[in-house]
Amino acid sequence: MSNLENTLNENDQGLLGTLKTTLLDNPGTIVALLIILVLAIVAIFAPLLAPFDPITQSMIKINRVPSWENWLGTDQFGRDVLSRVIYGSRNSLIFGLISPFCAAAVGTTLGVVAGYFGGITDRVISRAIDLLLAFPELLLAIMIAAILGGGFWNVIFVITVAFVPGFARVARAQTMSVKQEPYVEAAISMGVRTPSIIFRHILPNIMAPIVILMMLWVASAIRLEAALSFLGIGTQPPNPSWGNIIRDGLNNVFGSPWPVIGAGAAITLVVLAFNLIGDAVRDALDPSTT
Amino acid sequence: MARYLALRLIDTIPTIFLVLLLVFMAMRILPGDPAVAVLGDMATQEQLALFRERMGLNDPLWMQFIHFVGGVLTFNLGSSMTNGKDVVGLILYNLPYTIELTIVAMLMGTAVGVPVGVMAAKHRNKLPDHAARAFSLLGYAIPDFYLGALLLITFALNLGWFPTNGGGDGFIDRMYHIFLPALTLAFVKAAFIGRLTRTSLLEVLSKDFVRTARAKGAKERRILYRHGLRNALLPLTTGLGLSMLATLSGSVAIELVFNRPGIGKMLISAIAERDYAVIQGGVVVFALMVVAINLLMDLLYIVVDPRIRMA
Repeated sequence: MSNLENTLNENDQGLLGTLKTTLLDNPGTIVALLIILVLAIVAIFAPLLAPFDPITQSMIKINRVPSWENWLGTDQFGRDVLSRVIYGSRNSLIFGLISPFCAAAVGTTLGVVAGYFGGITDRVISRAIDLLLAFPELLLAIMIAAILGGGFWNVIFVITVAFVPGFARVARAQTMSVKQEPYVEAAISMGVRTPSIIFRHILPNIMAPIVILMMLWVASAIRLEAALSFLGIGTQPPNPSWGNIIRDGLNNVFGSPWPVIGAGAAITLVVLAFNLIGDAVRDALDPSTT
Repeated sequence: MARYLALRLIDTIPTIFLVLLLVFMAMRILPGDPAVAVLGDMATQEQLALFRERMGLNDPLWMQFIHFVGGVLTFNLGSSMTNGKDVVGLILYNLPYTIELTIVAMLMGTAVGVPVGVMAAKHRNKLPDHAARAFSLLGYAIPDFYLGALLLITFALNLGWFPTNGGGDGFIDRMYHIFLPALTLAFVKAAFIGRLTRTSLLEVLSKDFVRTARAKGAKERRILYRHGLRNALLPLTTGLGLSMLATLSGSVAIELVFNRPGIGKMLISAIAERDYAVIQGGVVVFALMVVAINLLMDLLYIVVDPRIRMA
């Protein structure tokens, strides 16, 4: 048993080591990491970096073209577009981090319960997950948000539900394979109580793929929030979100195209950065497809 | 094969039932009284009571659910609460536009994506492969509604080459109206399909039978298409299914960008007006379309992979 655990631990460190080399040896992923670092700094220090208040309207300076004062011009309410894009980064980062985390928590719980207990519990949970998996995440999110409406907690809830099936499927498969391991069988036969088997033996051994999945889905969460806000069922105005800046901008596209261009470029750049890192992580884990 | 088909069709029934149950429950757990939501705060108690009676809101939940399922089966989803139009009529008017957009976008995306993927696999780790990778990275990162907005601003508003809204009348005009929206969705599709074609093809090309074909002197062209692409079709079919589902999801925002009629546009407008009957109808249609696309993909597997027919 100790031999087996040693092998597992070595594998884990090998995994982390590979990740580190993949991320730091490749110019593409270094640029991606820098973009994410800039995003984090912009989001955290938004009040210091933004030249204007993102919400205060001004009738005397509507639809201005980009200038030294307003780098991306102003919108139809006279708000500085750059400041709105800067504050919008907070939104993206918050949803990008919180939603995959919530989905991982709920999904892992469901997957572990289904995989560990099996039987009718497994059948019910698996059936529900299969049903949800048939729906693309965006469409599922749109359908739920259509019924619930927008707003902060609804968006978190909607993205979480859209992501839960993916986590549940991985957690279930992992749990089923870990449960076959001799050390779990030994623990069961020694009479260790179920909660402590799950927390001490199962969870620590299935966390690696879950954490990686969480990282891979940050970009998807940012995209989903932007899409929902664009459709008017995400972050509600006047709070700036990259999605609703594009929505407002498209309604006033004859006044100024700059809100659309600026906010869209921000989403594209950030999603690109997260995708580059995601690709590198995936390649490191499964070299056969490169 | 008939047995497989029958089983697969029967299997969709509980799925559809579950979907309807979820939609029904979601509509009922909504915060607030639907009667107040429709009639507004100014309505009198009598008006509210009459509305609840008319809409069957006083019935027990299970009876409301039976009415709801019965309504779906008999194509009766009620009428719009804002303009009184029949919801099924609204859906039938909008649905062809969405289907049309999805199909044209899929065709355009596949027509570009598959050759790009084949080129990338053929010239693995050379210039075409790197170009294809850059293309797919951009396609994965750029939100479709942003790309659509850029195309709209450039080619419709500034250059005036394309219409800025509507769905068009008659075949030629419809294709003219659909071009930019479909191109937007196709760009993202092509990136995905190209990547998938490359991966599946490379996987097949590393198999033993390909090496045998090379050893016996088969032409590279024949190896690529007869041995390679033919066997890469199965994963590609799965990818096309996922891609079609993604196109359907993307169509919602694209219909909004290009101000085009369609189920997505209908749903989003209904949300703004809190028109619950139309929202419910739109959600049901999307759910049924997802079930239909999944079914279609399973049927395509049978065509692509003869082994499934035997099972």
